[in-house]
Amino acid sequence: MGEGDILPELVRGPITRHTLALFAGASHDHVPLHTDSDFARAAGMDDVFAHGMLSMAYLAQALRCWVSAERLLSWNVRFTAITPLHATVHCRGHVIERDGNRARLSIGAWTDRNLQTLDGTAVIALD
Amino acid sequence: MRIDRDAHVGVVSEPRTVTVEAGFLTFFAKATGETDPVYFDADAARAAGHPAIPAPPTYLFSLALSAPARRGDLFDADHGLGIDMMRVLHGEQRFTHHAPIHAGDVLILTTTTSDIYDKKGGALQFVVQETRAEDRAGVLRAEMRMVTVVRHG
Repeated sequence: MGEGDILPELVRGPITRHTLALFAGASHDHVPLHTDSDFARAAGMDDVFAHGMLSMAYLAQALRCWVSAERLLSWNVRFTAITPLHATVHCRGHVIERDGNRARLSIGAWTDRNLQTLDGTAVIALD
Repeated sequence: MRIDRDAHVGVVSEPRTVTVEAGFLTFFAKATGETDPVYFDADAARAAGHPAIPAPPTYLFSLALSAPARRGDLFDADHGLGIDMMRVLHGEQRFTHHAPIHAGDVLILTTTTSDIYDKKGGALQFVVQETRAEDRAGVLRAEMRMVTVVRHG
């Protein structure tokens, strides 16, 4: 693994209302912005939208295609845009630098309209 | 309603004891389209060398939500910050993993409200909360830092 190496893209979705209902229950995130259209519209949104943590869970799966979960030391993202209903989530990453037995990756998620929704970094342990 | 920085920064929650439940891990795997059976099948997990189903790397977030703090909860109007759910967005999220977490583990969570700051002339407030997950032996297993955005106006 070296600088510039690219993580295989992982694609999930499209995000349906059913996806969001399941994730609300499974993740214990019961904020109604993600499951109740009336509530979301009253809050000024077009409709319900995906939990940021759903995309971050997908991103964890993408990272695991590359390295085992035990090697993920720390990682962070900023949620730069909401993921709308019916979007497809594209998780991507690449190596920024390798320093001894650690590598720092740039990671992110994009919708199928190429809107970046997550932007972050991950530090992984190498052999 | 604006959040009073002085009233909340530095507040530390009471410790909350949570058990990592296999059933919820299986449900989480289904809800996230997980394809690796290690995350939903205890036999597959053991065959892969895990003592039980492992918690995926974002799961501490869900554990914390499953046991809201009495002191310093984002939404609790009486004992916490009393934020209106209509006004929240998730701003940032960080995880630091120190040791694996598996089904059956008992963890003690403590959450500190570490900062509250404004952007866009006060139109947005950012609340930073940091959660530590220790096991009963006092070993730090994972930490997370959550930034919640509150939209005003």
